Amino acid sequence: MKKSNKIFKVIVIFFLVFLYAPALLLPIFSFNNSKVISFPLSGFSTIWFEELLYENTLHNALFNSLLIAISSTILATILGTLVARASTRYIFYGKKISITFILVPLILPEIILGVCLLTVLIQLGLDLNLWSVVLGHTLLITPFSTLIMVSAFNNLDISLEEASLDLGMSSFQTFRIIILPMVSPGLISSLLIGFVISLDEFIIAFFLTGVEPTLPVYIWSQFRFPAKLPSTMALGTILLIVSLILVSLFEYFRRRMELYNYYSVGLDQN
Amino acid sequence: MNKKNIRNPEKIVDLISIEKSFDKIRAVNNVSLGIKEGEFFSLLGPSGCGKTTLLRIIAGFEKPENGDVFINGKNVNSVEPNNRPTNMVFQNYAIFPHLNVSENVGYGLRNTNLNKDEIAQKIEEALNLVGLEGYHKRASSALSGGQRQRVALARALILKPRVLLLDEPLSALDKNLREQMQFELRQLQKSVGITFVLVTHDQTEALTMSDRVGVMFNGKVDQVASPEEIYNKPQTKRVASFIGNMNFFETQYLEKNSKTISVCHKDLGNIKLLKSNIFGDDKSKLTIGIRPENFKINNKNGKKQSKSFNAKVVEKSFMGDTMLYGINLGENDHHTYRISISDIKNTPSPNIGEEISVYFQEDDIVAYFEE
Repeated sequence: MKKSNKIFKVIVIFFLVFLYAPALLLPIFSFNNSKVISFPLSGFSTIWFEELLYENTLHNALFNSLLIAISSTILATILGTLVARASTRYIFYGKKISITFILVPLILPEIILGVCLLTVLIQLGLDLNLWSVVLGHTLLITPFSTLIMVSAFNNLDISLEEASLDLGMSSFQTFRIIILPMVSPGLISSLLIGFVISLDEFIIAFFLTGVEPTLPVYIWSQFRFPAKLPSTMALGTILLIVSLILVSLFEYFRRRMELYNYYSVGLDQN
Repeated sequence: MNKKNIRNPEKIVDLISIEKSFDKIRAVNNVSLGIKEGEFFSLLGPSGCGKTTLLRIIAGFEKPENGDVFINGKNVNSVEPNNRPTNMVFQNYAIFPHLNVSENVGYGLRNTNLNKDEIAQKIEEALNLVGLEGYHKRASSALSGGQRQRVALARALILKPRVLLLDEPLSALDKNLREQMQFELRQLQKSVGITFVLVTHDQTEALTMSDRVGVMFNGKVDQVASPEEIYNKPQTKRVASFIGNMNFFETQYLEKNSKTISVCHKDLGNIKLLKSNIFGDDKSKLTIGIRPENFKINNKNGKKQSKSFNAKVVEKSFMGDTMLYGINLGENDHHTYRISISDIKNTPSPNIGEEISVYFQEDDIVAYFEE
């Protein structure tokens, strides 16, 4: 037992280093006062962060990204919620196959998705703008929202809905007072994870964005200028921190959801 | 109003020829049942007999394929659960986990025109009724099993329903609490005067709490009667074996009089049966049933009772208030019959292997016609 435990520990440590060492380089170099990204470090500085404050194109890109992330996340969460509700409460013909098709974008390479969407939009004669990216990202996030919301609705004990109806509430009141608060941890999880996915999505945004870049597309374009590299690192550091916070929140709400389920079935007998 | 839609007002719930299937399985098979205003009625049966389905049909959660449901004299076939004068206590209590005790109990009052003070007053009363004074602000996650049940009861009773439906409300509680709650539920029903319909698979629960019991098997109601009658005069063999213990003996048909039927059993001898104790359609064979406590043991040297027979003790177990024996009748009969002796002090206490003489009263015997 003990020996295998040790091997296990080594594997875990190796795995963590492999995962996080590259990410750790971001904050290190973003506080370095040299224009060249290499060791040894020459000194501490916040100049690269200050530089970000004066980049107007960056601000536009950030605004675009936030707009896209918020819109597509809300759209995808609404769609995912409807799909989840239908699939957990109703029996209908072709349920399994339609759910499978909704989940396909999970495994489809994004570049294929991007090319397909671009072809379709051009064929339809639509202009490429921020809303075409919203469309693409909604398609990308909906499977995640669906999965999260299916698990939220599965955790929801059907007798809670029945109890609410039994006590004289309409279906709509039941949805608003019982179902919505009960699945709200799922909703928040879905919004958070969708936001993170949309915010750092590059390929689809690159294909569909037209003239207004999103943040990842802007970052990509900055690599042509070596002088911009350190401030891009600083931007990366900020994004890293924001993502960490969002993912932690996601995990917090996911656990809340499990707790709800535990209490609603009343397993404790004391 | 249409005459078909008005029924006997004495029956608060009236079910007429109800049928319901799930995936080709008949859950409820042509059930007609009347529940009287103000009574404590239990639907008793093994799991899967359709009792919960029947309760959910009364509540409106299931729609019957055939038949009519009348509540308080009105046909409610097309009335949704939120508009029926019934409230339900769910098996797992279905306490809303994100609401506290007060919010749970007062939930049904949200749609009424009462003001805040009146609602608070009603919640207070409901909590007092179930013995949860001062639990208003308690989070529902911090409640024990018994407390959850009380909250569920208060929440359902606060709307003053005409009928309270209880779906196995005690099955999740431990034994001591269950016995206490049986008593409390009975008291509560008497004090509020609301009709209670309880679903249970526990015979003791049904017998101790109810005014009347309906016993169900495979989607059909076999018998509806008072607990005493169900126990003493079970109308079908499966009711007899489901409620308490029953020894069955196959007999030969001898002769029929105006009030009695005579039969013969190879070990018990000739027996005269009261016609009022015989159930089922007239057929060639009669199976008689005798409860274990209706057998008595003859004193060895005393005078033998008229209906006596010899037996051999093969099992013996002391239960505290009663002594249970298993007996064989003939040399080659390996079927074990049960005897239960409650008057332990004044009864001989034979050991395993001993030959004894046992007697019974003919009036206590029930009998069923069989093919």
